[in-house]
Amino acid sequence: MPLTARPFFGRPLPEMGDRQFSGKLFAIEGADGSGRSTQIAQLSAWLEAEGYAVRHMGLRRSNLVAEELEDAKQGNILTHTTLSLFYATDFFDQLVHEIIPALRAGLIVLADRYIYTLMARAIVRGAEREWTRNLYSPALLPDAIFYFRVGARQLVERNFQKNPTLDYWESGMDMGLSQDMFDSFIKYQSMIASEFQRMAKDHAFTVINANLRVETIQRDLRRQIGPLLGIPSTLKKAK
Amino acid sequence: MILRKSNNLGKYPGKLIAVEGLDGSGKSTQIYLVKRWLELEGYRVFFTEWNSSILVKKSTSKGKRRQLLTPTTFSLIHATDFADRYERQILPLLRAGHIVLADRYLFTALARDAVRGVDRDWVKELYSFAVHPDITFYFRVPLEVSLNRILEGRPTLKYHEAGLDMGWSTDPYESFRMFQGKVHEEYEKMAGPFGFTLVDATEEIHQQQAKVRQFIREKIDLPTFRRRLCR
Repeated sequence: MPLTARPFFGRPLPEMGDRQFSGKLFAIEGADGSGRSTQIAQLSAWLEAEGYAVRHMGLRRSNLVAEELEDAKQGNILTHTTLSLFYATDFFDQLVHEIIPALRAGLIVLADRYIYTLMARAIVRGAEREWTRNLYSPALLPDAIFYFRVGARQLVERNFQKNPTLDYWESGMDMGLSQDMFDSFIKYQSMIASEFQRMAKDHAFTVINANLRVETIQRDLRRQIGPLLGIPSTLKKAK
Repeated sequence: MILRKSNNLGKYPGKLIAVEGLDGSGKSTQIYLVKRWLELEGYRVFFTEWNSSILVKKSTSKGKRRQLLTPTTFSLIHATDFADRYERQILPLLRAGHIVLADRYLFTALARDAVRGVDRDWVKELYSFAVHPDITFYFRVPLEVSLNRILEGRPTLKYHEAGLDMGWSTDPYESFRMFQGKVHEEYEKMAGPFGFTLVDATEEIHQQQAKVRQFIREKIDLPTFRRRLCR
């Protein structure tokens, strides 16, 4: 793959020297139960079959703070600003130590959630848009962002298929929207969805209707990612 | 709204006093003496120091120990620490009408992060949720004096403290000198725009303290902060 100068979300990251990378970064955003992991697993298998090396990243996976962030989540003792900054620390630690080296080495990085989820969560909790945008401004812009959209009702169903209970954070229970978990889940997910809708316009997301069949979504993703990598089978179809 | 900008935060009855200055400027001694004075006089006072949030400390020390921190994550982890103390202690105490004493405040972050090459505007915006102090004492000392105070007494310098993460010099003492020199420049640049109250930190401790106390008395209506008696 040719080297391309990589743009930042807002301003350059101070620790990065050369901006020329040959790797590609794809971000998949969407709620729990929107099918992100299934699609990412299938994409990885396909890319590896095509001969591309793949690296995964996600939230709360940094060496620096992942463990402490998990502890803090369990106790629900951090206030919102602190939690936003803690998540940002986790993100930038991975960006500097994992994503950038992988991209330099020419790998395909698939991000199972990226800055947009973190921004949406902060904003619905009252953070100013401007503050949040600034916080993530030294992040790399992905080559493509796919947002898996599912209605809140549909999400409830999918979550109950996976787990016997709704997740505390995915229900936004920390926000005091409702004492009723179902009610809170619906309200919270609708708030997140409308923030994503807003961001989709600003940040050129590809919105994926995640209610479609797994195979249909996968075909669509490959059709969009393939040409960016120059994968022949997808180029033909693109014509 | 939770993350309001400091300028539209509204009024709170408390007062915030911060001390800033180079390592070895004697600011911690001075703020400790202020704390003792106010406590003994029976005022509602609370003391907080930089880098002391219990929740974040584990990550910070791990990051420092394993040298995982880069300029951006160094900046963010300190902002996280600050936010935790700010949201759970500093702001509630100010709203409850306390005098809050801070040994280092966000200016420490602005100075150190700028030296590490992090964009000043980015850091400033990061900390925009925090109110600015009612008084910021800047303990001003010639670079050589502070260097001598530190280097004489404490021969083993910590990795980040000496700025060794910047790779300017492999000699910890030389690196420390360079790092402190740059931090000093940042403080000098901030003094005017942020309205620091300058204290000549080469004077004797009790002389500085007398001036600091006098300034606080003039600026803050202390009797209104007297501890209320519990019935």
